[in-house]
Amino acid sequence: MRVLVGVKRVVDYAVKVRVAADKKAVDLANVKMSMNPFCEIAVEEAVRLKEAKKATEIIAVSIGPKAAAETIRTALAMGCDRGIHLTTDARTDQELGPNSVAKLLAKVVEEESPDAIILGKQSIDGDFGCTGAMLAEHLKIPQCTFAATIDFDAKTVERETDTGTEVVSFPSLPAVFTADLRLNEPRYATLPNIMKAKKKKIDTKAADSLGVELNEGNTVLEVFEPPPREAGIFVDDVDGLVDKLKNEAGVL
Amino acid sequence: MLSRPGLLQTLRRTFASTSTSTASSPSLIASLKQISPALLDQNPYELDRHGRGESFHPSLPPDAICHPRSAEEVKQIVKLCASTGTALVPFGAGTSLEGHVGNASPHITISTTKHFNKLVSVDPASLQCTVQPGITRHQLNHELRDTGLQFMVDPGADASIGGMAATNASGTSAVKFGVMRDNVLQVKVVTASGEEVTAGSRTFKNSAGYDLKNLFVGSEGTLGIITELTLRLHPIVDNIVSSVCAFENLTQACDAVVMLLSCGVPVAKCEVLDGPAIHAFNIFSKDVADMTPQPHLFVELQDISDGGLLSQQEMVEEILRDCGGSGIEFSADPAVRKKLWAARHATYYASCALRPGEGKGIVTDACVPLGKLASVIAATAKDVEESGVVGPVFGHAGDGNFHCILPVRDTDSDEYLKKLEDVNDRLISRTLAAGGTCTGEHGVGSGKAKYLDQQYGEGAVEIMRTIKKSMDPQNIFNPGKIIPNSEG
Repeated sequence: MRVLVGVKRVVDYAVKVRVAADKKAVDLANVKMSMNPFCEIAVEEAVRLKEAKKATEIIAVSIGPKAAAETIRTALAMGCDRGIHLTTDARTDQELGPNSVAKLLAKVVEEESPDAIILGKQSIDGDFGCTGAMLAEHLKIPQCTFAATIDFDAKTVERETDTGTEVVSFPSLPAVFTADLRLNEPRYATLPNIMKAKKKKIDTKAADSLGVELNEGNTVLEVFEPPPREAGIFVDDVDGLVDKLKNEAGVL
Repeated sequence: MLSRPGLLQTLRRTFASTSTSTASSPSLIASLKQISPALLDQNPYELDRHGRGESFHPSLPPDAICHPRSAEEVKQIVKLCASTGTALVPFGAGTSLEGHVGNASPHITISTTKHFNKLVSVDPASLQCTVQPGITRHQLNHELRDTGLQFMVDPGADASIGGMAATNASGTSAVKFGVMRDNVLQVKVVTASGEEVTAGSRTFKNSAGYDLKNLFVGSEGTLGIITELTLRLHPIVDNIVSSVCAFENLTQACDAVVMLLSCGVPVAKCEVLDGPAIHAFNIFSKDVADMTPQPHLFVELQDISDGGLLSQQEMVEEILRDCGGSGIEFSADPAVRKKLWAARHATYYASCALRPGEGKGIVTDACVPLGKLASVIAATAKDVEESGVVGPVFGHAGDGNFHCILPVRDTDSDEYLKKLEDVNDRLISRTLAAGGTCTGEHGVGSGKAKYLDQQYGEGAVEIMRTIKKSMDPQNIFNPGKIIPNSEG
């Protein structure tokens, strides 16, 4: 089985982001960037498949600036075999959206013919959570999103939903899977593997050379911080509470 | 002057009111506020939190908490406190176990995890990194993950690096990777004069002058405030296997440990748990399969190659079996291993949970020469059983170090508390008589100061006293800790 894994270079989850002065975007200058945590989980799942001898080759693909090659190297250090880098100067946290990414990945799938495509369920910068589903739609193949476990033998997936876990089955491969938090705990790459990764192959192409229209159809108007949290207050009695809930909070 | 409370009195005080000393001066507080607007915190819940660690010792809160962002701010705080003779206590993650961070004297706390917690630099080729004291070890290892290197000291809790250095922390990985003193190469400390000194060297070997780095590491905030640390890192290894093995009795289990180490097995972790500890473990930890309630060894092995790991595994299995071990199981699955060690760390809570109700546990921390481990640990377990108290025993057998957890309840009778006090006293006497130390890793705090004379003799303790007096003439750095009969 050949597995294609999507990895995205995003702001490190531990960073406290700030809005840029022009309020058009998040300020990324000198900010630590890392692989999207859900992409790490996707990579880990694919590497475990290889270790269990269920997968023969794992390809890591990333769409992003030149530095996204580092993210692909991390995936290679974790155990992927080779990488594909589609370069773009568009901001991948807001300009290049899920539909464009899905269309680009669909092109890669057409080229590479993987049996399974594993993505993170969402990126922690865009937070759309749409790419996996859109990709499956473009390819007209099954999708199993928010996967907490994937069983390739039984062809079932446990999905995390807000009301609990549901078990779905997929009819066939190829299919798209998106990784939820509980799917696995990603490994830290060892130094020998980091060294080996430097020698693995990464194919680089310009994203706009694939014949895909990269027009998302929406524009970001403004980026701003949420208003600061106000202190709580004490009310004197239940009537006071009801009054506040009705007339101030507007929830009754 | 602080009297030396017996354990019984300390336990009673746990549930009584807190300090009645006079507070730090308002003008000092005002001056501290001027260092930076967000620096000072006097929220009563935060004050209470900063007066306690993870032990049964009651909260002895500060008058205010400072959250410095830099060594410069630490210097300013120290100078201000020195000018008014106000005590100063550093605080990391609050996971200490011997009442380190509470202080009955009116004091200001320097809290490092909010703003003074950055990874400053990494030098992978030199296998080291430099950090600010407030960074926690999980935070650090997460930030290091792309380098293939990790900081190996693992006290169980997600402690701050500064706190770990101040207490010379260790844990399950010490048997292979050493304690904080082996893993801190260099420290910067702000001393009583308000200046920052550098101790140690970023090299792996250094013979230049007195070893100030190892004086500061383990000084529990009594000699200065740590502002930066350079740490030794180790490569992440992914050939790891953990094992569990049952024994008829503790003596057999500890003899097996001696055999493993004598045969040169480079164990990565080597832990012993007695029957009651396994029983507590079974009830508390749902993630790990139940084990028969008899003494067990948990051993972890790692190797740079899987062939090497297999050889180690075969050797260990043979040794454990020869020593009377049974039911030996190995697992390489990272999820299984993680659950096992998480459950091992939770054995403290599991032990406290054996006696439901409000209260905490007395954590003892005996460390003896390895050859004496079997006799001391077996005698301790026997004493616990014969005294009729709850006191699971478990620990870092590979280091000759074990803990006996004695859960205390608010509702305990004086009679029961006296039994606990006696078990604890006999444990420490037994340990010292075996040439051991009253604390292998948790530190002295205030509670164990009274044992230092017996352990080291007057001469050595007098030297410690002299050092403290000359480095901190006003006694502002965490007064009342470590040195016996010192004013708090």
